[in-house]
Amino acid sequence: MVGLGGTLLLFLILPFVALLLDGGPDSILRGLGCALTWPAMRLSLGTSLISVGLVVLGGTPLAWWLARSRWRSARWLEILLQLPVVIPPAVGGIALLLAFGRRGIFGEALDRLGWSPAFSTVAVIMAQVFVSAPFYMQAAVQAFGRLDRNLLAVGRSLGASPPRLFFQVALPLARPWLIGGAAMTWARALGEFGATLMFAGNMTGKTQTLPLAIYTALELDIHTAQALSLLLVTFAFALLLFLRRFNRNLEVSRKPAAP
Amino acid sequence: MSTAPPHLSVSVDAELGPFLLQATLEVGAEPLALVGPNGSGKTSLLLAILGLIKLERGRIVLGDEVLVDKDRGIERPTEERHLAYLPQDFGLFPHLTAVENVAFALACSALPTSRKERRAQAMTWLDRFGLGSLAKRKPPQLSGGERQRIALARALASSPKALLLDEPTASLDVEARVEVRAFLAESIRSLGLPTILVTHDIMDVEALAGRVAVLEKGRVVGCGLPGDVRKSPPTTFASKLFCSPEPVGLDD
Repeated sequence: MVGLGGTLLLFLILPFVALLLDGGPDSILRGLGCALTWPAMRLSLGTSLISVGLVVLGGTPLAWWLARSRWRSARWLEILLQLPVVIPPAVGGIALLLAFGRRGIFGEALDRLGWSPAFSTVAVIMAQVFVSAPFYMQAAVQAFGRLDRNLLAVGRSLGASPPRLFFQVALPLARPWLIGGAAMTWARALGEFGATLMFAGNMTGKTQTLPLAIYTALELDIHTAQALSLLLVTFAFALLLFLRRFNRNLEVSRKPAAP
Repeated sequence: MSTAPPHLSVSVDAELGPFLLQATLEVGAEPLALVGPNGSGKTSLLLAILGLIKLERGRIVLGDEVLVDKDRGIERPTEERHLAYLPQDFGLFPHLTAVENVAFALACSALPTSRKERRAQAMTWLDRFGLGSLAKRKPPQLSGGERQRIALARALASSPKALLLDEPTASLDVEARVEVRAFLAESIRSLGLPTILVTHDIMDVEALAGRVAVLEKGRVVGCGLPGDVRKSPPTTFASKLFCSPEPVGLDD
């Protein structure tokens, strides 16, 4: 038992050790100085934050509706919305191309209007939203679904209109889970690779996010790829620490204080 | 202002899954206790009056206001019915302090007031119920009895025209139960609003209600003075309920 667990633990940790130690600090710093680094980092941070913003903006009302809907099709919609999590990102890329590519079913009409999103920065954001939205949706539907129905009933009996109930009761009570969902969405958007490569391409400064830059750098110099990877690991690790702290604070604030 | 005497008249049909809720109630100034076994539709009847479950047919009149008349296509939304609803766990918003909970109810009323005014008014409500010192506490930091009283203060701050209480003492410990019961009895009497209280507890019936309605599988099978229901209970549940030893110090 201990042997099996230990083996898995080692297997999971060793790659990170290699990522951190291989080549030493000098080669990592040299890697960071590569011309690919800063444009990719700017693009990754910018697009992933916009993606999270769009997902939260559209996902919150959608989740509120899904969580409260008694409509049977709403349950099917929830399942459909989770699909991007389980399909390979490459499939997502193809689907986006077929929909919004220059010859795609909607892309063709858009192209006639003089706008083609494929292979542009907009496509990067579209790919990120597509693959990362389910993480937020799941958290938000659960958060709203878990709300005490009695509270909403009482709120209405007190005379609260549905918007007041949403903004002053539902949203504040669901907020911790919404923030957790948004954080996971950001992590997924930041790491997006497959769908971006197929739908947005790999152009420095325009569509080349950090994961794509790593892919490109691998052909030039593995230490550059290593340096870029460490950058992503740093973001991800910071996010995990934030979530842990955040969850802990949540538990503390939920414990009743002594009167 | 309405000048009609306080009266709530309810007649509703609703599909509840296992059976049909088909209930008719008349509530005047005397509080009505709604009793019946678990799953007989007591809470559902309250929710139907509130407008939170779908009605097949129904007519609900509060004072001189028609809240529901399915035949005429009238169905006022919950937030316009002016019904104070106290669920079993009191329904205080856990993220708001006691005074903010009361201010929430004031903010929902039609009168536009400033945040500061509402807070001051909310404080007045809390003081009236002897709760001023708890104003800044959040519900998780309050005892059951305190929460019950704050919930009632909040409900009354919304200037309701009727009171719906769902098992008001069920989630309290024995000591708090006695205290809350006395407090509720006095509040209900002084308010004089049509009041329906769902309960499992004969002590609640004795202390709070003027009349009793017995519910069984969604139908009102008996209604009358507590003494009459005790003498000729319409169901085995009612006879069991009234069979429990009579509370000391309460004459019937």
